[in-house]
Amino acid sequence: MTAAFDEMRASDGSIRPAYAKLAQWLDRVPADVLAYRRREAEFIFRRMGITFAVYGEAEATERLIPFDIIPRILTADEWTRLAKGLEQRIKALNAYLSDIYSKREILRAGIVPDDLVFRNPAFRPEMNGKPVPHNIYVQIAGIDVVRTEADTFYVLEDNTRVPSGVSYMLENREIMLRLFPELFSGHRVAPVETYTDDLLATLKSVAPASAPGDPTVVLLTPGIYNSAYFEHSFLADKLGVELVEGRDLLVKSNVVYMRTTEGPKRVDVIYRRVDDDFLDPLAFRPDSMLGVPGLMTAYHAGNVTLSNAVGTGAADDKAVYSYMPEIVKFYLGEEPLLKNVPTWRCREEAHLKEVLDRLPELVVKETHGSGGYGMLVGPMADKKTIETFRAKLKHSPADFIAQPTLALSTCPTFVEEGVAPRHVDLRPFVLYGRDRVRIVPGGLTRVALKNGSLVVNSSQGGGTKDTWVLDR
Amino acid sequence: MLSRTASNLYWLSRNMERAECLARILDATSRLTSLPQAEGETTNEWNSAIATAACMQSFKVNYEEANEQSVIEFLAFSPYNPASIRNCLETARQNARAVRTALTVEMWDAINGAWHELKKFNGKQLSHDDFTRFLSFVKQASLAYDGSAYRTMLRNDAYWFSRLGILIERADATARILDVKYHVLLPEKERVGGPLDYFQWASILRSVSALTSYYWVYQESVKPWLVADLLILNRQMPRSLASCYENLSRYLDDLAQFYGRQGNSQRLARAMLTKLSNATMEDIFQAGLHEFIGSFIADNNRLGAAIAEQYLT
Repeated sequence: MTAAFDEMRASDGSIRPAYAKLAQWLDRVPADVLAYRRREAEFIFRRMGITFAVYGEAEATERLIPFDIIPRILTADEWTRLAKGLEQRIKALNAYLSDIYSKREILRAGIVPDDLVFRNPAFRPEMNGKPVPHNIYVQIAGIDVVRTEADTFYVLEDNTRVPSGVSYMLENREIMLRLFPELFSGHRVAPVETYTDDLLATLKSVAPASAPGDPTVVLLTPGIYNSAYFEHSFLADKLGVELVEGRDLLVKSNVVYMRTTEGPKRVDVIYRRVDDDFLDPLAFRPDSMLGVPGLMTAYHAGNVTLSNAVGTGAADDKAVYSYMPEIVKFYLGEEPLLKNVPTWRCREEAHLKEVLDRLPELVVKETHGSGGYGMLVGPMADKKTIETFRAKLKHSPADFIAQPTLALSTCPTFVEEGVAPRHVDLRPFVLYGRDRVRIVPGGLTRVALKNGSLVVNSSQGGGTKDTWVLDR
Repeated sequence: MLSRTASNLYWLSRNMERAECLARILDATSRLTSLPQAEGETTNEWNSAIATAACMQSFKVNYEEANEQSVIEFLAFSPYNPASIRNCLETARQNARAVRTALTVEMWDAINGAWHELKKFNGKQLSHDDFTRFLSFVKQASLAYDGSAYRTMLRNDAYWFSRLGILIERADATARILDVKYHVLLPEKERVGGPLDYFQWASILRSVSALTSYYWVYQESVKPWLVADLLILNRQMPRSLASCYENLSRYLDDLAQFYGRQGNSQRLARAMLTKLSNATMEDIFQAGLHEFIGSFIADNNRLGAAIAEQYLT
């Protein structure tokens, strides 16, 4: 693996222009001041209850995601190029979903294999031939990108179900403004605070045609025990909409209502942070206590918009990912603006053979996995782990894909030994409304705090950073 | 507003208020035990603390004897007492988390901060000083919550529901404090108006932070009927039953106006307020303070149930 691209320092040691002022500031500020500010940040996060849960850890129902106080900086040009690519991506994802739930032209054209659709566990036969309001499936996407060189961004993963993390993007900025006002005065940082306005406009724009001029939007949460509950309540608060649980909603004559102190009130758009499986016990898992009986009938009757639509998971697993360049070309007639990481589909015999031969240098992921679980990073793994994966791959090749190990870019990060480079990725949040696509400049930068680690997931010890896009 | 939100706001406030009341009861009891006693006299202030907190039954399931250690453990820290101070603060935070969006940042800070602080107090090895610090922490937490709500909340239904919770709980607590002290505390041999009696009535006032107010209002030494007057009928006294009902009635009317609909809870609150307005201390003592308070507590519970029925489910 070649040395990673560092976003602050060029290979000759010089500071890149966007980081010039930050580098000076870092030179000036002693480490104990940084340490003090970091403690302060942690204190504020804890006071505000900005916590998340890690599944499978007892005693850890409330943990903080480590926050790194050194911002990551992108220039306006870099951002503009990236944003164009993201816009193209969300359009293609929506076109794909609309197609596979209706005419399936992409299958007839032989671009993707049938079983990619029909054997995909996230494909919802219930959505076959059922229109969704304004034909928009994914209103909110989190598209994970990584950078390997100055101008090279790869999409690592599309998240089109219930992507999370946007509250950290907003809170990280808020904290930075509180702790380091002097840093902001030296930079023209594009604001991210407009995200919630954009989100509300997007959600209202996709209300069913039958809804009143000012539709009622609610945010549906699984409840306080969900790992992202803080984010749900945070967003509802900023959006100024009710944060509802399944038991707060009822369906009468195919219309959705919420129980209020003034009696039932009609609901037009549900920004749902509940997975498909749990939405409606009558349609999906009958044991779900989180859902609303009858919600799917109301949805099919066109009386309510679910955002994102049901069945959007059929577009974001890692097998579909490998076809994204073809998907973009097929629906938009354009070359993809963002690169896809070359991907071996282990379901194909030739691919599998190559993967098994080169296992120690590749990254292997489960097709339906997420959160950095069930993943092999070849160059970092010991022999035993590699052999375990070899056995898994032989046993069920269709469940895996493999990719070359990318040298993720690094950013200066305040860690034990001082300020040192650590690998980062970026999750921008892309909003697709009836009127237009909205993307706030920036997103959530995740950072692998361990030296050399490429796994940035918060569930695996990753942290976050504020992401600055400099105005021109 | 969601019924569940209203319900959580209401119970959040009730739980915070209850935690504070318990802290005051414990504080007052601990003062009373330091009073001189007549020879051979066995007043059990710790027993009365349990009775005041209205949890004698569940206490007896868990403990044999009411003494300083068992009562403090049970009322302040026990996980087995659903209404212990610790559980009240835990439940309050759960209520708060469930309606995070309906709270202002300041209110959340007050509750969440208290919850984190609470972890520092371990009920088992608490020294006397630590316990005093604990009680004052609980009172501070409640004041911070109440103050932040008062200063930062919009004056709409969310605010009114949170006030209703506080007032229903406070009316109940005031009534119980009066009742229990009057009937349980005073030893039979002790002369009404004697020195012990004086200290006990003064301690009642202290437990509701009203000793200074008493002197301001009546400008004479502590007398039982005047204490009762202050805590039942005097509308200047924010913990008095009359004041609680004046406010309950007002906030319920605000709600009715806001929603454009009157209901059972408005009628009940108004009837109670009228009853308290027309009462005199003479009538109350004549008919029996204990009986008066008993029927008040029952009526207060009925109003709580009516509010739940009308708005919270």
